[in-house]
Amino acid sequence: MLPASLALAALAVALAWPVPLALARAAWPARAPAVALIVWQAIALAGGLSMIGSLLVFGLTPFGEDLVRGLASLLQHLLNGTLPEGATLPHTFALSGAVLLAVHLVLNLMLAAVRASRSRSRHRQLLALLSRPDPEHPGARLLDEAAPVAYCLPGATRSVTVLSDGLLEILDAEELAAVIAHEEAHARQRHHLLLLAFGAWRRSLPWFPIATRALDAVAVLVEMLADDRARRQASEAVLARSIARVALGLDGVAGRPRPGADVAENLPETLGASEPAALRRIERLVSAAEPLGVMGRVTALAASAALLLVPTALLLAPALA
Amino acid sequence: MATLGELERVVMDVLWDADGDLSSNEIRDRLQANGGDRNLAATTVLTVLSRLEQKDFVRRDRAQRPHLYRAVMSREAHMAELMHEVLGSAPDRKAVLARFVGQVQPSDVAALRALLDGAGDRTR
Repeated sequence: MLPASLALAALAVALAWPVPLALARAAWPARAPAVALIVWQAIALAGGLSMIGSLLVFGLTPFGEDLVRGLASLLQHLLNGTLPEGATLPHTFALSGAVLLAVHLVLNLMLAAVRASRSRSRHRQLLALLSRPDPEHPGARLLDEAAPVAYCLPGATRSVTVLSDGLLEILDAEELAAVIAHEEAHARQRHHLLLLAFGAWRRSLPWFPIATRALDAVAVLVEMLADDRARRQASEAVLARSIARVALGLDGVAGRPRPGADVAENLPETLGASEPAALRRIERLVSAAEPLGVMGRVTALAASAALLLVPTALLLAPALA
Repeated sequence: MATLGELERVVMDVLWDADGDLSSNEIRDRLQANGGDRNLAATTVLTVLSRLEQKDFVRRDRAQRPHLYRAVMSREAHMAELMHEVLGSAPDRKAVLARFVGQVQPSDVAALRALLDGAGDRTR
């Protein structure tokens, strides 16, 4: 079982560092945000699986020839209070590590879900008292607040789009419709669940800088996905302009930009992955980059499937053979 | 007929605007004076008040009859709590709210500004 354990460890290291780093720096995710989100989820799941699996398989070496027999024998030995021949301290450490890591990750995810749901229900109560229904946009609520904000409060049955008076002041009707379409896309596509999972992952591995990068990347991709939904209803230029206006308004530079300014003309020359999210989204909208081709999509999806299949096979294949 | 949620909001508005504690009848009078439903039942007001009390927005003084009600926190304090969550830079808040545009760095302002009215600058 040692080769399987080493292979899983190698995969875990690859998925903990070089692979997510490369994905975070790649340019193609902006051209296929939905596909990129699948790849990110595959990396996170396969990374956890291979990390825990590697420890488990190594720890079980003295107990049996494969995972299934090893687990059965471990249970037997635990019940009898005995240890098999060849069981050493490192094996015990590996087994405890596997159990602790698995419990830690699952508990953190559950805790994050409970916290988010509590925080949302408190927010919903506050909103009921402090906001009023928007007469012009059914389903949206208006906040008496000078900062230009728009956000979506997700709910199990009903999500609310919240707009501030400050937002209505700086956007024209067309731009506002684009913002609302964007927020409704978040709710419809349940983006908060993705952010919840990656947020929990980041919180459970604070010593692991890649988790922060993953959360940031996922947060931007989710925005791009909502932009893609909104641009079916509004033109790219209008959506790009509303992003720029809100970003500037938030900064307190609530100047009155020239109406109908052509955002595309004035872009900085290059925008890399390190640029702030708002600028990257604008650049993506006005440059009208081609969506990723079929070959690219198929390759990325196949790679995601492989990421999940390889650790599973390494864990189970010896038992099935 | 207004929904309970809408009634909760107008009742809180009355309490927030009041100088001191109010009885449920005083609240009902003020609601009607503000153009509310003339037929608003006293029991409906009591129901709304007890719902608000459960949610910890209203405190009830049971020492005297009739019971007196007051807002636990000012409207401004609640608004600050809400906006702290909306604008808060704490990354874990991302899990709760997806904002249209997130935090803006001072260094981005020039680039964004150029996007919106840079054409005017070019003609200079």
